[in-house]
Amino acid sequence: MAAKTLKINGTMVSAREGESILEAARDAGVAIPTLCHLDGLSDVGACRLCLVEVGGRLRPACTTAVAEGMEIQTNTDRLHAYRRQIVELLFAERGHVCAVCVASGHCELQDLAVSLGMDHVRYEYLAPTCAVDISHERFGIDHNRCVLCVRCVRACDEVEGVHTWDVSGRGTSARVISDMNQPWGESESCTSCGKCLLACPTGALFSRGATVAEMEHDPGRIALIVESRKVRG
Amino acid sequence: MDLQELQQIARRERERSRRIRIHCCTSSGCQASDALEIKRRLDEAVSEAGLDSEVEVVGVGCLGFCGQGPMVTVEPGDVLYEHVRPDHAAGIVAAINGGTCEAERGDLHHPFFARQYPIVRKNGGKIDPERIEEYIAAGGYRSLYRAINELTPAEVIDEITRSGLRGRGGAGYPTGLKWSTVAKSRGDRKYIVCNGDEGDPGAFMDRSVLESDPHLVLEGMSIAAYAVGADQGYIYVRGEYPLAIQRLQKAINQAKKLGLLGSQIFDSAFDFRVDIRVGAGAFVCGEETALIASIEGRRGQPRPRPPYPAESGLWGKPTLINNVETFANISSIVERGSAWYANIGTETSKGTKVFALTGKIRNTGLIEVPMGMTLREIVEELGGGAADGGEVKAVQTGGPSGGCIPASLFDTPVDYESLAKVGSIMGSGGMVVMDESTNMVELAKFYMEFCMDESCGKCIPCRVGTVQIHRLLGKITAGQATPADIEQLRELCQLVRDTSLCGLGQSAPNPVISTLRYFPEEYAALVPNE
Ligand SMILES: Cc1cc2nc3c(=O)[nH]c(=O)nc-3n(C[C@H](O)[C@H](O)[C@H](O)COP(=O)(O)O)c2cc1C
Ligand code: SF4
Ligand code: SF4
Ligand code: SF4
Ligand code: FES
Repeated sequence: MAAKTLKINGTMVSAREGESILEAARDAGVAIPTLCHLDGLSDVGACRLCLVEVGGRLRPACTTAVAEGMEIQTNTDRLHAYRRQIVELLFAERGHVCAVCVASGHCELQDLAVSLGMDHVRYEYLAPTCAVDISHERFGIDHNRCVLCVRCVRACDEVEGVHTWDVSGRGTSARVISDMNQPWGESESCTSCGKCLLACPTGALFSRGATVAEMEHDPGRIALIVESRKVRG
Repeated sequence: MDLQELQQIARRERERSRRIRIHCCTSSGCQASDALEIKRRLDEAVSEAGLDSEVEVVGVGCLGFCGQGPMVTVEPGDVLYEHVRPDHAAGIVAAINGGTCEAERGDLHHPFFARQYPIVRKNGGKIDPERIEEYIAAGGYRSLYRAINELTPAEVIDEITRSGLRGRGGAGYPTGLKWSTVAKSRGDRKYIVCNGDEGDPGAFMDRSVLESDPHLVLEGMSIAAYAVGADQGYIYVRGEYPLAIQRLQKAINQAKKLGLLGSQIFDSAFDFRVDIRVGAGAFVCGEETALIASIEGRRGQPRPRPPYPAESGLWGKPTLINNVETFANISSIVERGSAWYANIGTETSKGTKVFALTGKIRNTGLIEVPMGMTLREIVEELGGGAADGGEVKAVQTGGPSGGCIPASLFDTPVDYESLAKVGSIMGSGGMVVMDESTNMVELAKFYMEFCMDESCGKCIPCRVGTVQIHRLLGKITAGQATPADIEQLRELCQLVRDTSLCGLGQSAPNPVISTLRYFPEEYAALVPNE
């Protein structure tokens, strides 16, 4: 495979052909914020947090392949301002009350807010009342904490091979749904494997019985599962 | 089917045709005002007058002057009747032999018609869209014959490239270039997709073309399929267009029967089939990757490009996707040559464009004009200026993705680059005219509400940003905003424009940005201390 030479934040790095900017940057020790990306799953380019400047133009790092001679900036003032705005928009969209959340301390949304220095939200809280579904005997979903990253949809479809989850509705009314928009507990397809819980970046998907700050997701395990299957081939 | 048979159909059709034709528009606009009853009464009146051997009544496609409908014309003689009612029928027939007629006379030499240059709409108001014989008699399917028998696929693409045709779906991408990319892409199967989703509020160009001349679109798709090496096509039409769907299906069936669609077209090795896919009316499904997902039976939402559909489209195969109007230009270009086409329009925008002229304007309807005509000519000469004697203040082009152009810039020629320079876009052809009674902040809010409702919800800036922008605009119109809110509005517009995944989000702030730019005083009047 041909190697590509490019510049990230002024430093020359080499990358494998077909690799994404995100992967190349990581190999070079440059961290780019992400939310919808999860190692082991396909990329959808939905959250827009990984946007970087390629020759001055904004490109999502997770879905843009490296090319010879690319000049990439990953952390300009403009990018920082946009990322902060995006996280603020998320906090204003649904009810993220960290103090009572099962995932507090283990939440990627919280981590993003901290790393971007987002100490307050400038936008009006939309404060919708979203459903909480605890019909499944072991798991639950609290839509108030869902950021619509669709990592659960992809983990269930691509790794478990089931496709229990999908999205219905449009705009801010969009919701992840199980099967034909029925309670999760009545889903005929769910194998109760728990992979969607592993994948979820927030406290939206949780184990029943977990209380505040107890729900530790383990998104790295998704990549482990995918990698180990590759090795077995 | 061979050339002789085609010519024979045309000849038989001309022989069958009566000396005098009464054309009654039966498109959905006129149907909504009783056109079918008018046609029935006209038929009756012709029989009662004993004129069956001389006069025939033909249900035709849209004439374009929809605001004056229902429309009836009598040929020869260029007689036009407007606002026709069923009880006018007998009079219209009597007038052929000098009788009196109560129906309102219109003028086919009015600038609304005279300044147009019909290519895409050449058969509108002239032929019965439900009879393939009429299309063939008007010269139809000869270009397809010519392409298959006299040109190589590469030569067809070359003609389209040299014509300078650019996509009419909004972005104006060079059509020939797109075709050659699909032709070069490797795949065991390739697809043609015709985008008839047309979701902009106030736009009905594509509906009218599909209703008035479905074979013109099918012929364009077939020529494209031959050029890029595809054997299957889909026409994606929104479910709100039942008449277009019905006529398209009829057209497909007729073309199949005559061997103009299907296997071994014109006895060549070229096969091409077309199926209709009905959309459920989401604006975002007009975006090409969302449209493809929808045809595949998945949730209609966009995905990042590249890969572009030309390389990886329907079911991962190379796919050519063009707009209805783009395909409707193809037959004429192949027939009359790229040099003829490239002579119309401006340096960078060739040919004509169909616009739906609506809003506070005297003459509403569809117009097809050469690129480069100024907004002033369109609004004042064809459109006849403001309705009710008011004064035109601005024109919104490009629908919810476009911008508002103030009257002071009406000398802007309508071409892709000039419209972009003044902060708007050509878009698919909506032109909404505003007069002094329109509040520009309200207008921006209206379009933002549309985008907010139509956002698919996939990416955060568009999904939530449009809602926040809409709330701020609401605050402004309610007189509760502060200068800081205006600052936040600008910031959010920038975010949504720069970071959204697809064109819907990227262009959603345009109406706000352009009204802030050209009508700052209207915002200031609503915001104390601004
Ligand atoms: C939100 C959105 C809606 C669109 N709607 C339409 C549409 O209704 N019809 C259309 O032809 N193109 C539409 N487009 C453009 C298509 O994505 C695509 O560019 C076009 O169909 C290509 O055809 P053309 O090259 O002939 O213009 C839309 C794009 C976006 C971003
Ligand atoms: S538990 Fe497993 S099967 Fe059930 S929804 Fe989650 S990922 Fe899918
Ligand atoms: S439930 Fe979790 S993983 Fe699924 S979309 Fe919502 S936040 Fe993402
Ligand atoms: S910009 Fe809007 S419509 Fe387009 S993908 Fe993002 S949310 Fe969906
Ligand atoms: S991580 Fe790239 S868009 Fe979300």
